[in-house]
Amino acid sequence: MKPVKFEYHAPATVDEALALLGRYGGEAKILAGGQSLMPLMNFRLSRPAALIDLNRIASLAYIREDDGHLAFGAMTRQRTVEFSPVVAQRLPLLREATRWVGHLPIRSRGTIGGSIAHADPAAEYPAVLTALDGEVRVRGPRGERVLKASDLFVTYLTTRLEPDEILTEVRLPAMPAGAGHAFEEFARRHGDFAIVGIAAMVVRDGGRCRQARLATAGAGPVPVRLRAAEEILERDGLGDRAIEAATARAAELVSPDADIHASADYRRHLTRVLAARALRRAAGPGARRG
Amino acid sequence: MAEPVTVRLTVNGVGHEGRCEPRKLLVDFLREDLALTGTHVGCEHGICGACTVLIDGVAARSCIMLAVQADGAEIVTIEGLMQDGALHPLQAAFREHHGLQCGFCTPGMLMTALDFLRVNPTPTEPEIREALSAVLCRCTGYHGIVKAVAAAAPVLAKRA
Amino acid sequence: MMSPESTRERWIGRPVKRVEDHRLLTGRGTYIDDHPPVANVHAAAIVRSPHAHARILGYDVSAALAMPGVVGVITGADVAASTKPFGVGVTAPVHYYCAATDKARFVGEPVAVVVAKNRYLAEDAAEAVVVHYEPLPAVVDPERALEPDAPVLHETVGTNLAGNRRLVYGDPDRAFAEAEVVIRERFRFPKYASTPIETYGVIARWDGLDGVLTVWSNFMGPFIMHPLVARVLGLPENRLRFIVPPDIGGSFGIKSSIYPYMALIGLAAMKTGVAVKWIEDRREHLLASSSGTDRVAYRELAARRDGTILGMRYRWIDNVGGYIRSPEPGCSFRPTGNFVGPYAFQHLEVDASVVMTNKSLTGPNRGYACGHLYFETEGMIDRLAATLGMDPVAVRRKNLIPATAFPYRTPTGGLYDSGDYEATLDRALEHADYAGLRRRQVEARAAGRWFGIGVALAVDPSVSNMGYVATALDPQFRAKPEYLPKSGAMDAATVKVDPLGRVTAIMATTPQGQGHQTVVSQIIADELGLRPEDVTVVDEMDTFTRVWSISSGTYSSRFGSVGAGAAALAARKLRAKLVDYAAHLMEVPVEQVEFRDGTARMKGGQGPSYTVKDLAGRAHWNATSMPEGMEQGLQATAVFGFSVAGAVDAQDRVNSSNTYGFIAEVMAVEIDRATAAVTIDKYVTVHDAGTIINPMIAEGQIYGGALHGLGGAMFEELAYDDDGQLLTGTFMDYLVPTASEAPTIDIAHVVSPSPLTPLGSKGLGESSSMTVPAVLANAVSDALAPLGVRITQLPITPSRLWHLIEDAKT
Repeated sequence: MKPVKFEYHAPATVDEALALLGRYGGEAKILAGGQSLMPLMNFRLSRPAALIDLNRIASLAYIREDDGHLAFGAMTRQRTVEFSPVVAQRLPLLREATRWVGHLPIRSRGTIGGSIAHADPAAEYPAVLTALDGEVRVRGPRGERVLKASDLFVTYLTTRLEPDEILTEVRLPAMPAGAGHAFEEFARRHGDFAIVGIAAMVVRDGGRCRQARLATAGAGPVPVRLRAAEEILERDGLGDRAIEAATARAAELVSPDADIHASADYRRHLTRVLAARALRRAAGPGARRG
Repeated sequence: MAEPVTVRLTVNGVGHEGRCEPRKLLVDFLREDLALTGTHVGCEHGICGACTVLIDGVAARSCIMLAVQADGAEIVTIEGLMQDGALHPLQAAFREHHGLQCGFCTPGMLMTALDFLRVNPTPTEPEIREALSAVLCRCTGYHGIVKAVAAAAPVLAKRA
Repeated sequence: MMSPESTRERWIGRPVKRVEDHRLLTGRGTYIDDHPPVANVHAAAIVRSPHAHARILGYDVSAALAMPGVVGVITGADVAASTKPFGVGVTAPVHYYCAATDKARFVGEPVAVVVAKNRYLAEDAAEAVVVHYEPLPAVVDPERALEPDAPVLHETVGTNLAGNRRLVYGDPDRAFAEAEVVIRERFRFPKYASTPIETYGVIARWDGLDGVLTVWSNFMGPFIMHPLVARVLGLPENRLRFIVPPDIGGSFGIKSSIYPYMALIGLAAMKTGVAVKWIEDRREHLLASSSGTDRVAYRELAARRDGTILGMRYRWIDNVGGYIRSPEPGCSFRPTGNFVGPYAFQHLEVDASVVMTNKSLTGPNRGYACGHLYFETEGMIDRLAATLGMDPVAVRRKNLIPATAFPYRTPTGGLYDSGDYEATLDRALEHADYAGLRRRQVEARAAGRWFGIGVALAVDPSVSNMGYVATALDPQFRAKPEYLPKSGAMDAATVKVDPLGRVTAIMATTPQGQGHQTVVSQIIADELGLRPEDVTVVDEMDTFTRVWSISSGTYSSRFGSVGAGAAALAARKLRAKLVDYAAHLMEVPVEQVEFRDGTARMKGGQGPSYTVKDLAGRAHWNATSMPEGMEQGLQATAVFGFSVAGAVDAQDRVNSSNTYGFIAEVMAVEIDRATAAVTIDKYVTVHDAGTIINPMIAEGQIYGGALHGLGGAMFEELAYDDDGQLLTGTFMDYLVPTASEAPTIDIAHVVSPSPLTPLGSKGLGESSSMTVPAVLANAVSDALAPLGVRITQLPITPSRLWHLIEDAKT
């Protein structure tokens, strides 16, 4: 299991990286953390003519707070996210989700931008990006553009990025003060990709639910924002009956596939179960009545 | 450039320089070019963890990283753990608690546990198990490994 | 048990820390891939069939030969021209070569080998080898493979049935006619492996002028494969040398099946003229190394209403994959002597069919065939208990072989050497607080929770008798005068004292992590009155230099009795010589000399005394000081071999193993009503493996074996689609349990020393791998008894279990 021959470049700037990407005309691959790409290359399932390694572009690794958002340089390691005080404070849902990403040695190398650009529908970060309505900045030969989470994911391992574009930044709105959150995941082993995962955030306003956010991992070819379920909560609050109704709706909103680990029906069932667990935990102990 | 590249790195405090194709995996470079065979190859797709080493202080899989990416890095492998001719406390704990049988996953277990105990010096047993789930072992049922890491934690915390 | 007179505590029985650990903890182990034993070793990459079933029409290796660094390519055509097929364990004419010749019969079957300067270049060139295939329809289900219109894998056989035996013991028809209760069930056992973290590795060098092929490999034995490989390659046995490195990175039975690769890489070395190294990668390992069989089992049990089992019928369809690779069909017959498990019933019919399908090949996998056997039997006993409204423990107790019956001859020819099954069961019940668990179950059920308790018992056979494989052959075939019966299990050890008194033990037991060096040092220390650190143990197999036989190796849990026994006998032989020599030096009759704490002295304590070192100095520097007639030097080689296990008899009875331990387990589980996830609440395992030499190492085997069993019961499966493509070809999909999935295990021991081994010890290596599938399935079935769900198939995945529950609800 050794990769095929390839040309290797480790540019120091995004501009250089874009120039190289243009030069290979779709035959090159971007190497970020490598935790998904390198296994595919070792299996020779991915056979790029060239690798453009972003690991030497220091300017792509940062976490910045601006304008009510947290902006993550694409090459920010998942491990950095995990231990970032500002993430713990402003995006605790992302922090909790990070603990489900592989294992610590994987998170040492894996990056937030790489995980999202790889677009594995069972991965945690795409679910969080979708739940929180985040966006990504993308640079290419035609300049920079911003893609909303809802526009980003096309299908398995496929985004709307063009082959000559690079995802440079991930932007997530900071969670409102007092928001509750939970990331629930069911996998057959610790550290595996989710059979189903649910990212949830709720903002309570007394007995009401001002804002609900729910998105899936593993319940279809792309992460699914469960908007119709969120609406039930925003209308009826966070009591048991509302959660019951919302999660029943959630199960109808997903179209999971079957594989050797789980049937489609089981994934649909888990969507409901995990959404309920996530919502109860996000809503906190006071929300059960009503 | 698919032509051979020069890789300079520090392993266990010793500087090394070698030339290899860009596609050469870091673990193969350590084992073949530097003859440091204590780091093992178990799956070459980042799951079993036997190849885990410390790269600039943090544990990472050396089978899904290119040698050229480690140019300029400081690496610690299982061969670098002994201090003053004695076992490192973590190594000693593995021996004391029968944390190894065939020894093949052991380099990955040690390097993963070392990194984990730095991040979490006072772990609970479930936390230890969660951290060690990064490395697969088929001999021990993990029993002795979990015990060894739990026993080493206070010793390492005291040294820090 | 023999024991030297000593004032000191014995080392046997103590958790002595391992001598292996220092090198393994510091990265100084010597595994097959670590240090090339010869210079200028080239790398091999194996071209493998992408088709489950395809005729091979031809090869074009020209492009590959032109690739950088390539020194040669061999194909199935070379294999067909230059090698013979391996002998197989059945009479059906299955031609199994070390690579595909006429057809590929499973995905991943070797079809060609590329040899190049390094593995990267070899893999590049392997992709350039063109093989022309004519794809054929595939069959993967063993029952489907027996249907008349199924694709046939081997035209020479004409059917996919490699063999069938109907074995009858006692009068099962009468038992079923007299039964008051008959229980029937169909079970499916999955194909899973042990995936040692170190994969297969082979290095071969051909010395053409001498005609010697040297093959280094992490092969664990049995060394019956040495003559087999010699025959395949057309080499005289004394021109084929197998060397096993000191460290093997786990095996669990799987590495007994490397031998076809030893032939294939040997051939590559012979054809290319360079030393060739092949290290299997994980993809190759999952595709094409070895696994246990998947089985469809039809079980019937006849009983009286009081719970007495009268007889059983087993009908098995075992799937051995594309060929039947020796030692298969051990999947069916390895447990022949213990087919009845710990139960006293006398009437049994076994109908075993061994079927070839387009899956990878099978062989020994920890618990070889016993995981299957007890999953079915223990499941049947629980069904009987439920039918009769009895407690599952009560039914088992009623049918156990009593402690007074040992040594016990089973109806199938097994000789259970020692045991107290009821006491062991009681110990497990007590440890688990079985009554307390049942009370908790009542409370849990009242609260609407799914909480279940499983019990499983197993006779744990160790040290297989080579001869059992012949159970696969018809008695008429075995009765032919030209048929050579097979039997036996032996190992050798040498103990020597060097001129300065250092004691060295030389073994050839191919350890794979079981700490043989440590264990042997404890044994020798006890026998010679030394400390373990005074004994150096060299354990490196080399067929040119070691004393070995076809049964040599470490498999079938055999080291703890055979290898350990040989070490003890060699040390005793040497001790006797030391006493004789000392008596000669003291000029007293030998009867007046005793050997204690490493010193020979007069029994009364008067006169001179001689330590081992004193005697070594005299023996080596003044060789003529030894008495007339005594062999010079201080060394002894001893062979320990069992004599209780002979060839299969005309009634198909055979003592298929040499010692038989016992396992009693209790497990409590809770099932999440929402996700159907199974959580192990309590797991108790009690083992009787006779004398325990090193409890730390013994328990290490139990922890590991239990997790292997749990892997097969809940996580691991080599799953195929209907076209024969492997669906679990990576460690992302083939799920090895991690530390987070490993349960806490409560272990206890009962000790019934074996009367047959020098130390009273029995094997323990496979241990709970054979019981966990049974105890887990029984616990889950018990939890779901209110719904009427019973587990008949493994692995119990949450998705599968959820569907069973949903189906039961509607």
